[in-house]
Amino acid sequence: MTPPHETAVITPAMVAALCAIVGTDGVIAGDDELLVYECDAYTLEKHLPGVVVLPRSTEEVAAVVKLCAEHHLPIIPRGAGTSLSGTVLAVTGGVMIALTRMNRVLEVDYRNRRALVEAGCVNAWVTNAVKSQGLFYAPDPSSQSACTIGGNVGTNSGGPHTLKYGVTTNHVLGYEMVLPDGEVVWLGTTPDGGEDVDGYDLRGAAIGSEGMFGVVTRVLVRLIRAPQAFKTLLGVFETVDDASQAVSDIIGAGIVPGALEMMDQLITQAVEAAYHFGFPLDAGAVLIIELDGLAASLDKQAAQVVEICRKNRARDVRIAKDDQERAELWKCRKRAFGAIGRLSPNFITQDGVVPRSKLPEMMRFIQRCSEEYGLRIPNVFHAGDGNLHPLILYDERDPDQVRRALAVSDDI
Amino acid sequence: MKPDPPTNTAAPARFLDYDKSLACIHCGLCLSSCPTYLETGNENDSPRGRIYLMRAVQDGRLALGQTAVRHVDLCLGCRACEAVCPSGVQYGELLESTRDHIERHHERSPWQQFLRRWLIEKVFPYPERMDLALMPARWVKQFGMERLLPTFARDALSLIPDETTSAPLPAMVKAGGESRGRVGFVSGCVMSVMFAETNASTMRLIHRAGFDVVTPPGQGCCGALFAHGGNLEEARAAARRNIAVFEQAQVDTIVINAAGCGSMLKEYGHLLRDDPAWAERARRFSSKVRDLTEWLAAVGEPIVRGTNCSAKVTYHDACHLAHAQPIEKAPRTLVRAVAGETFVELPESNVCCGSAGSYNLTEPEMAARLQQRKTDNILKTGAKTVVTTNPGCLLQMRAGLKKSGAHDVEVVHIADYLDREARRANDD
Ligand SMILES: Cc1cc2nc3c(=O)[nH]c(=O)nc-3n(C[C@H](O)[C@H](O)[C@H](O)COP(=O)(O)OP(=O)(O)OC[C@H]3O[C@@H](n4cnc5c(N)ncnc54)[C@H](O)[C@@H]3O)c2cc1C
Ligand code: SF4
Ligand code: SF4
Repeated sequence: MTPPHETAVITPAMVAALCAIVGTDGVIAGDDELLVYECDAYTLEKHLPGVVVLPRSTEEVAAVVKLCAEHHLPIIPRGAGTSLSGTVLAVTGGVMIALTRMNRVLEVDYRNRRALVEAGCVNAWVTNAVKSQGLFYAPDPSSQSACTIGGNVGTNSGGPHTLKYGVTTNHVLGYEMVLPDGEVVWLGTTPDGGEDVDGYDLRGAAIGSEGMFGVVTRVLVRLIRAPQAFKTLLGVFETVDDASQAVSDIIGAGIVPGALEMMDQLITQAVEAAYHFGFPLDAGAVLIIELDGLAASLDKQAAQVVEICRKNRARDVRIAKDDQERAELWKCRKRAFGAIGRLSPNFITQDGVVPRSKLPEMMRFIQRCSEEYGLRIPNVFHAGDGNLHPLILYDERDPDQVRRALAVSDDI
Repeated sequence: MKPDPPTNTAAPARFLDYDKSLACIHCGLCLSSCPTYLETGNENDSPRGRIYLMRAVQDGRLALGQTAVRHVDLCLGCRACEAVCPSGVQYGELLESTRDHIERHHERSPWQQFLRRWLIEKVFPYPERMDLALMPARWVKQFGMERLLPTFARDALSLIPDETTSAPLPAMVKAGGESRGRVGFVSGCVMSVMFAETNASTMRLIHRAGFDVVTPPGQGCCGALFAHGGNLEEARAAARRNIAVFEQAQVDTIVINAAGCGSMLKEYGHLLRDDPAWAERARRFSSKVRDLTEWLAAVGEPIVRGTNCSAKVTYHDACHLAHAQPIEKAPRTLVRAVAGETFVELPESNVCCGSAGSYNLTEPEMAARLQQRKTDNILKTGAKTVVTTNPGCLLQMRAGLKKSGAHDVEVVHIADYLDREARRANDD
């Protein structure tokens, strides 16, 4: 193994050998072309990989990995590179294996409600492929229009609808993986097997492992029947405290919304500037509450939610009037991170979970940090499960801001 | 040790609006919307990658060499990335200024020089020259001599419609009955040569809606071919001419039926923002420009449902309409009003067909790959009519379907489609 932080050397012979496996147009070896692979969506740290390969099949991946094992070269799997934590960094150089050419939905098994997809398949494409049949793939990270299923497995991604439907690990039945020595294995349920796994269930091995245990090449995902109906509400609050209390009360009342999201004032303003949805600019916080299920039961639940919001001093509670308004509301929420570009050139985010009851306290703490370090920290998060993403804004051109951003990030 | 990224180049004079380039926060949400990235899977061929390259060139981290130019050249300028970018990155502007920089500082092969400086800039924008240049092509087609040509020429030729009708448009058509207003019409350079019939349909649609139509004779190319090729000075000259001509015509609205030209006309305000004598006039001009579909939907052109259309109809989003302007709803509303239940959505309808202005001449290989992708998607829908709004897309998709032997699928401009169905309905 290469000792950490000593950069692996990629020889011309190695490049030639890689070309022999994936073809010359599948190998990126010049520094001028490697530059864009020096980071993912986390831009604070940068390292050039030694070489990037773009395989088209499991066989090619296996051959590449085997070659790397023989030459003790580190491998770094990469999907769309939307990770926010620098997990796709080639810290020691090495061979980056990008799965962007393996992006097909291979088979849909409607009877058993599952789909076999290549690891580079974009998350949203899975739902696109099956929605005409009333099905969908539940994990919906906000980056779902670009991130890959392989990357979702690597980071065990969740999204707004995690509250009700769970994270990636609850929806991956099995997968094909190339182990670090080049061996190809299938873990978990096979595409033609039953739900139950014979022998040990090793599915957990790669899920959330950030590509440490091998390269995932194909994934068998579970499909869910789309709810019959949705009701999406927008609650407008004067303070984050009130909104947080409403969240606790909703869950406390035994209602399980499909999603329950909070945006604070700063982020609401950025999103409004980007999408002109009609968010109030002076509200302390807004909640997006989505109820799904049988049409008949939704009206009653919605009335209950409105009541709870009002009790917590909501200034206004709106209900999306049709599918289009609902889609627009979600578009705003899903692209909220991106709208940050309007506030600041760079940001880092943390991904933390606190008990719901501690939400108001945590939010006050973040506010104090923001004042102390003189950096703006907007918040947009999955309030339903207490999953926070404070966004620390800074400008990479100012070294002092970079230092403060890292420090405050540590504090949080 | 691997060397750090190359820093051996001095940073060039500022060509990029740096703050605008910093608006890109590297989130990657644009990746899957980019046609070239979908095809190659190479991040250098993605919007995020290209912006990174532009910035690296500007910072002097990267020399303006073959590689950077290659990846910028391969960009279609379709601006699908801009439409999905949550951070509001104005990719089109970054691209234009980078291309301008490349054309000033990068030596191109003689063939590319010929294409870019001569054919695309000196022939296409001028209807008379275009007409002349098309003559040999028409003969070749008429006598069925395509087989004798090399592949690239055959591909180029396949884009030329079998019949090109070029009849001059009347300068003024009065509305029958009481006029609802006075509309200026931009006849377009390629449109007026290759698609005179489409222009006639457009005039009839405007006329039927109850407006007077003026087509000022002095107008010229919108300048898009110059701007996309990285020749901003020529583009500005074209803009000034058109602004002056339409000021004379005294119209409230300026309607255009070619999405590519339309998006250019809407950008005159930006193009001339630094020219004190023209900035305000340009802004006023741009604010009057409407794509035909957007205008028709707004004035409420009453179109009756066509009678004998049981075959499926689909709609392709021209990049310059859906991404640059961005107009997606209006044309669908118009087509749906006619096609009703027979309307089907086209998968990847907003992924570029590979035409992208003069792209199929400068980047034939990628253009062909995207053409095939589009053809496959069209065939998947089972539609027999594909409606779109831009001449380039029309030619590209027709040629693609022909190559695949799908002779029973028609591709029609939305003006021709609406006009035809309205006339059919009136006949019944
Ligand atoms: C605007 C924005 C919003 C986001 N919202 C969310 C959100 O709501 N929820 C959430 O969980 N995340 C979110 N993220 C983070 C990120 O999008 C997810 O972690 C996503 O799953 C990463 O997918 P990717 O394809 O981009 O993977 P990459 O970023 O390329 O890789 C992520 C990790 O997975 C590994 N990996 C990638 N492919 C494979 C493979 N085939 N085999 C093995 N390992 C692999 C990589 O080595 C790396 O460690 C967001 C990011 C952005 C920019
Ligand atoms: S979506 Fe916009 S901000 Fe994000 S990487 Fe692409 S261009 Fe940059
Ligand atoms: S303009 Fe089109 S081809 Fe160019 S980067 Fe954007 S999406 Fe890709």
